[in-house]
Amino acid sequence: MNATPPAELAQSALDEAVRSAREAFAAAADLDELAAVKPTHLGDGSPVLRARRMIGSLDAKDRAAAGKRVNEARQAIQSAYDERLAQLRAERDEKVLRQEAVDVTLPWDRIPRGARHPVITMAERIADVFVGMGYEVVDGPELEAEWFNFDALNFGKDHPARLMADTFYVAPEDSRLVLRTHTSPVQARTLLHRKLPVYIVCPGRCYRTDEADPTHVPVFHQVEGLAVDKGLTMADLKGTLDVLARAMFGASARTRLRPHFFPFTEPSAEVDVWFEEKKGGPGWVEWGGCGMVDPNVLRACGVDPDEYRGFAFGMGLERTLQFRNGIPDMRDMVEGDVRFTLPFGMEAC
Amino acid sequence: MKVPFSWLTEHLALTEGIGVDEVVDALVRVGIEVDGVHRLEQVRGPLVIGRVEKITELTQFKKPIRYCRVDVGDAVEPGSTDATRGIICGATNFTEGDLVVVALPGAVLPGDFAISARKTYGHLSEGMMCSAREVGLGEDHSGILVLPRNSATPGDDATEGLGLDDAVLEVTPTPDRGYALSVRGLARELACALDLPFADPGLRELPKAKGDAWPVRIEDPDGCKRFVVRRVSGLDPSAPTPWWMQRRLMLAGIRSISLAVDVTNYVMLELGQPLHAFDAERVKGELVVRRAKEGEKLTTLDDVERVLDPGDIVICDDTGPISLAGTMGGASTEITPESTDVLLEGAFWNPASISRTARRHHLFSEAAKRFERHTDPAVAPVAVEMAANLLRTYGGGTVQLGRTDEGRMEKLPPVTMPISLPDEVAGVRYERGVTARRLTQIGCKVSIDTAPDGTGLVVAEPPSWRPDLQRPADLVEEVLRLEGYDTIPSTVPAAPPGTGLTAEQRRKRSVARALAEAGYVEVAPPPFVSKQTWDKMGLPADDVRRNTVSLLNPLDADSAELATTLLPGLLDALQRNQSRGLRDVALFQIGQVFLPQKGAPRVPDPPVTERPSDEELATLEASVPKQPLHVAVVLSGNRERAGWWGPGRSAAWADAVQAARIVAEVSGVELQIEAAEHAPWHPGRCARLLVGDFPVGYAGELHPKVVEAMGLPKRTVAMELDLDAVPVVENRPAPPMSPYPPVLMDVALVVDESVPAASVEKALRSGAGARLEDVTLFDIYTGEQIGDGKRSLAFKLRFRDPERTLSSEEAVELRDAAVAAAAEEFGATLRA
Repeated sequence: MNATPPAELAQSALDEAVRSAREAFAAAADLDELAAVKPTHLGDGSPVLRARRMIGSLDAKDRAAAGKRVNEARQAIQSAYDERLAQLRAERDEKVLRQEAVDVTLPWDRIPRGARHPVITMAERIADVFVGMGYEVVDGPELEAEWFNFDALNFGKDHPARLMADTFYVAPEDSRLVLRTHTSPVQARTLLHRKLPVYIVCPGRCYRTDEADPTHVPVFHQVEGLAVDKGLTMADLKGTLDVLARAMFGASARTRLRPHFFPFTEPSAEVDVWFEEKKGGPGWVEWGGCGMVDPNVLRACGVDPDEYRGFAFGMGLERTLQFRNGIPDMRDMVEGDVRFTLPFGMEAC
Repeated sequence: MKVPFSWLTEHLALTEGIGVDEVVDALVRVGIEVDGVHRLEQVRGPLVIGRVEKITELTQFKKPIRYCRVDVGDAVEPGSTDATRGIICGATNFTEGDLVVVALPGAVLPGDFAISARKTYGHLSEGMMCSAREVGLGEDHSGILVLPRNSATPGDDATEGLGLDDAVLEVTPTPDRGYALSVRGLARELACALDLPFADPGLRELPKAKGDAWPVRIEDPDGCKRFVVRRVSGLDPSAPTPWWMQRRLMLAGIRSISLAVDVTNYVMLELGQPLHAFDAERVKGELVVRRAKEGEKLTTLDDVERVLDPGDIVICDDTGPISLAGTMGGASTEITPESTDVLLEGAFWNPASISRTARRHHLFSEAAKRFERHTDPAVAPVAVEMAANLLRTYGGGTVQLGRTDEGRMEKLPPVTMPISLPDEVAGVRYERGVTARRLTQIGCKVSIDTAPDGTGLVVAEPPSWRPDLQRPADLVEEVLRLEGYDTIPSTVPAAPPGTGLTAEQRRKRSVARALAEAGYVEVAPPPFVSKQTWDKMGLPADDVRRNTVSLLNPLDADSAELATTLLPGLLDALQRNQSRGLRDVALFQIGQVFLPQKGAPRVPDPPVTERPSDEELATLEASVPKQPLHVAVVLSGNRERAGWWGPGRSAAWADAVQAARIVAEVSGVELQIEAAEHAPWHPGRCARLLVGDFPVGYAGELHPKVVEAMGLPKRTVAMELDLDAVPVVENRPAPPMSPYPPVLMDVALVVDESVPAASVEKALRSGAGARLEDVTLFDIYTGEQIGDGKRSLAFKLRFRDPERTLSSEEAVELRDAAVAAAAEEFGATLRA
């Protein structure tokens, strides 16, 4: 039998099917339209599947060639479909994401962050510098026995230095209690109890009867350092202050000592610090007081001054923060106005 | 102390190139603080001496105005026969014949003050008669400068005589260096600092005297160690103070009063020895030095009648006290403008006694300032002699033959130290001989010795003006400061390894940080409160917080109490923020409060020559009021902000309680919370915070009455707890980490409204046991469905077994056990 092969199996018909499928897929604008045209070109009634069913009616010798033709056409249509499908899916995904876009500049501070007080974080930072050198941090009471604040520190009962300390006294007249004028009583308390050697740093609040003005506040913070050991020298004191100066004011900072008088140190000195970032240009600023612990203090605390020597130093933190950060009015630090504190955040200034 | 540069350097052999700047640097280098340097300004143009020839008082003006004819010597207009010029002047402290300083037209005074001839008050004024301030010699502007008659000729150039190429140094020696409150002492410091030869004006030979100048008896040798008197008679009371002395006093900031007074002031500045001048004619009989008697009175120079204290040292005559020793003289024997016979007294007074007297009577005179810092007892007769000579020279007086010199001065004991001690303390190897040289330079008699063990020793006998040199350390300081602290190198000692912060110190930081992260701003308000605060806070009359420590000398008399709670300070800060327009405020503070204790021992006063006994020390420590560390927060306004996301949320009682929970969590302890009524909180919105059974604080909304009384924003909330009472848990246990899956179940329990949710939760936990891993209250419902006075609490329960997978039957059993416990304890029923 030599029947004429069906027109559907002709190469031209198959080519036409591929062409029309490609055209239809390309014309589908979205996944729905693509799904709608898919049965026409890949469904049971589509030209290629109808052609495949007709292969059986061919002569055996023609079947292989026809089958190959049909398969090729089908694969071409399928891959045209797959490509378009992938393309439309990508387009859809992108569109969805674009629709989900937001204004990323909107604020979201529903519970705003608070802040630490910069004077207190500065005290912590100074303490850390000394902890790094092996010192320990010691606290003490703000309301203090006169004996610790003055007597044990070699302030004679009628010495002018005692009167110059601008002390808040506690009622009644003979209570022998004061608000501590410096953190130094912690020195005495520590020496009376700890085993030697002693290397400590004492941050805390102090009180003096100064009227508040741009550079004074009656309630302020100090950090005090004390080392008592065998063979300590004034050079050790100077070096320790240099370490602190560099930690607080940068690698090029340095200190200078000027002779001064404090009842609890002999020799005594005032410390100036030089630093690059000083407001108004690099230069020296008065920073604090220091000296070699007076033998009378050691004796009152039960330490043999012939065997041990010590050095001590102290500085006001409001003052340090003021000149370090160029704060014009110290009163801003104590009034508790959140506008002052918030910009300092969590860490030491 | 103010001192002119020219005076300061008078006794020094100043080398070339040492000017004001070098002197200031040198003083600072050895420890004399220089607070200010005031360089006198030059006057440009004609400044001449004038003599006032005729004064016409112009009375038609509101203030006294004088039209004067002044002889200014050669400086007369050509062609005029009148050798005087007309000058208008507003001062009245001069008379015809006085010599004055005249700035002629063309002169430019300090401050660019140009003088020209001008018509004023109806006359042509051809120049200006100058005050001290106008020529830059000081602050005195109460009148014009009047120079002693015959001290110059009209027409002389006045510039040179005024000494305007000078500077005034304002120096503040430290309180241990009394000797430096004088030109003598400062010049010595300079000589040491600059290594210059120095001629000590305090070491003059005294002329021989015959007998006593006045009978004197020291009854109180402890109060008065030396008492020297010279008498000058036949003084011309109108004799003027020489110009050079006036000028120096003026620059030192002391007003010229009369020759006798000026001389005592001058000698005090020069030698550091305050002197007192009595009018000899008004002193009745023997001078007696003793302590005042109870109730005795004395009218001092300032015309104040003072009731004396038995601690005050007084000088008496037959009439009783006539001078408060070392502090201020009495009015009855004061030098007057008529005095012609003067007793000059120079003494050494007990410094501590003078200090107490000055404080007691609030008389902080220049004399007291020096006596309380220790004067030089050896210089007293020298000073008296110098004053007597000045009065003889300038006042035409006669120094009487006698000199009284009562009392006995002991030599200061020598100090011995190893000669290497300064090197050891400084950490410097000084050149050989430095120690002996420096100690000699400050006035010590120095010898060298050897200890039995061969150590080289230096023995220093301190000079009479250095009683502060008592111990090796004092000598060490002298060597170190004169060699310069800048020669000391920088080394770092090796401290033994430390253990870092304590658990409490770390907790304090963590609490501060956690609260700051949670939105609170740290503040540190002062602890001063008023007693009225407790009323405003509604504290009951017997509330322990009313029991405060009071200050004797508060800055503000109204805030004399030390706070027993942090809340007043925080609320004050809150209010300040509010008043500055900041509405949403959350603040916290960690600080000490001050709690006096009943029955605390009296504060002892052990000696300081050795360590107090353990018993004394324990009493000392126990006598100081307890000062536990508290943490507190206050909030007002919105806790959560309003924004584009929706409305904000006001701060509420729950925020305050949550702040306490943060503190507890950081500490590692579980906080128990129960309802409480406690001022200043709202009785229905106050939580007591407990650790175990121990109350540690309170939190909640403040009582509306408190809010009103304190002027706070409505619904202000607060929390305060005793941080020291909250233990810090270290070594927290490792949590069991079961790998098996959880079973989640919800229960809604109906209970009486009065049953606290926390108690129900506790019951659930106890009923279910360890396998109940977590409980969360997720809903509260009240309404008709469950009846009046009831509420439904809905909890999410998470069960998990550490060993195996929990079956749902087992989970149901556990839930039932949990519910049963709540039912038993609170009558809870499962909501239908």
